Amino acid sequence: MRPFRFRLASDRAQALAAADVPGERSAASHIGAPAQYLAGGTTLVDLMKLDVMRPEVLVDINALARQHGAIELAPDGLRLGALARMADVADHPQVRRDYPVIAQSLELAASPQLRNMASLGGNVLQRTRCNYFRDVSYEACNKRNPGSGCAAMDGVNRRLAVLGVSDACIANYPGDFAVALAALGASVDVEGRAGRRVLAFEDLHRLPGAAPHVETNLAPGELITGFSVPAGPWTRRSLYLKVRDRESYEFALASAAVALDLDGGTVRDARVGLGGVAAKPWRSAEAERVLRGRPFSEAVARQAAEAAFAGAVAHEQTRFKIELGRRTLARALAQCAAMEA
Amino acid sequence: MSQDARRPSGPSRRSVLAGVGGSAAAIPLMASPAEAQPGPGRQPNDAVDVSLRVNGRDHRLALDPRTTLLDALREHIGLTGSKKGCDQGQCGACTVLVEGRRVLSCLTLAAAVQGRSVTTIEGLAEGEDLHPMQTAFITHDAFQCGYCTPGQILSAVACVHEGHARDAEQVRQYMSGNLCRCGAYPKIVAAVLEAAPQMGRA
Repeated sequence: MRPFRFRLASDRAQALAAADVPGERSAASHIGAPAQYLAGGTTLVDLMKLDVMRPEVLVDINALARQHGAIELAPDGLRLGALARMADVADHPQVRRDYPVIAQSLELAASPQLRNMASLGGNVLQRTRCNYFRDVSYEACNKRNPGSGCAAMDGVNRRLAVLGVSDACIANYPGDFAVALAALGASVDVEGRAGRRVLAFEDLHRLPGAAPHVETNLAPGELITGFSVPAGPWTRRSLYLKVRDRESYEFALASAAVALDLDGGTVRDARVGLGGVAAKPWRSAEAERVLRGRPFSEAVARQAAEAAFAGAVAHEQTRFKIELGRRTLARALAQCAAMEA
Repeated sequence: MSQDARRPSGPSRRSVLAGVGGSAAAIPLMASPAEAQPGPGRQPNDAVDVSLRVNGRDHRLALDPRTTLLDALREHIGLTGSKKGCDQGQCGACTVLVEGRRVLSCLTLAAAVQGRSVTTIEGLAEGEDLHPMQTAFITHDAFQCGYCTPGQILSAVACVHEGHARDAEQVRQYMSGNLCRCGAYPKIVAAVLEAAPQMGRA
């Protein structure tokens, strides 16, 4: 691990000031900026050990949990502080009852130890698990080394993405919670030197396009302080289905975050997110359109799944993920429709 | 009897191994690129003062900020019960409790747990009386090589305290962050289920 300076922030103002180091304002993206915020460290410390991330300054923001660590349920929605830990939200009785898709996406992720450590803000910013990104002995990785090419394109790419990929990068977004946030139309609170702003969660991550190294729309020094999930008649009838190579402690090959508002057997409204298969936390407006207003059936669920993957692009080892993704979504929808909510 | 009094006075296996390691270090070994090249413009790390309360005892350390909690425990405090397996947060051998919550000490920077209370495997027993989870692991022969065992036991203690040891399926799910390459899993599950009621909460 390369040397860095360690700074402890006791509140938000201190954190923003501590991250304002030379080179920070001119950095191309928050990921490549010289100052990085440290919460659970489960991505950052790992990638620093691997020499993938090389920050010069770490700003420890764990003390900000006092300001930004709460889990609050209100009539208009769920409010989650960015410093809340994954485990605390996963185990929260009201979240489990009113937003099961949120609790399940967290409970099915990582391991108990990692869920105790990882903050929500850090969790949504976790980096891809693409081997060529994580192993610096590979020269070609447009995400790690802009303009160098993509070794995954013709390499071991079984776990990578089929939705939202580009000619420059086929890495998948590996997380689960962010998929639930995308599906439910959440928003994210961001604080920076210029003040506070609110982004639609769907606008937090960027598609790789020609610049896969710029992963989000956060500016250098900006800090996620919380998430808001709007209430809706669909949130109680929601679930997260995760399909993976082993039953526990594994990333998704394909996953679906779904929520349905049913009127009798007819879909009044639907929310659909997809994980494991896409370059960013993915919301499928196409699948939602197919479902809306239709009497629910497995055939309709299958049609929604076809629509969700209509734009999929496969590489040699990822062909199976298109059909796996469709079946995962269709099964999630069927299970969701059968829920008592 | 205190821990110190039980320590053998002659050379231990560990001190001999440490000595061998020390002489080997004089021979140039492969340095990882990251360590060999601090990078342009990088200053040597300023040491950070870190206070840790480990197993009820206070320690003040001046550490390179890169020091993980695991290395602080093993290399600076001398508590070698916490094991370094993968050192990447994937195996759970380094599991310790921070303020009673199980975490991976290999991905935790020591400076980030400043002032917190840490429990390692050395701190579970009360004098000569083993913790019920330690006893259950012995009773059920829940290990072979033993390398993952300290992490397994601390994780199991937390698993029970969290209320995640209701039945075998839940124990398997909530112990999945601790890998055992010897494959002692069925016995580990049996040990956790036996110790849980003795700990006052299942």
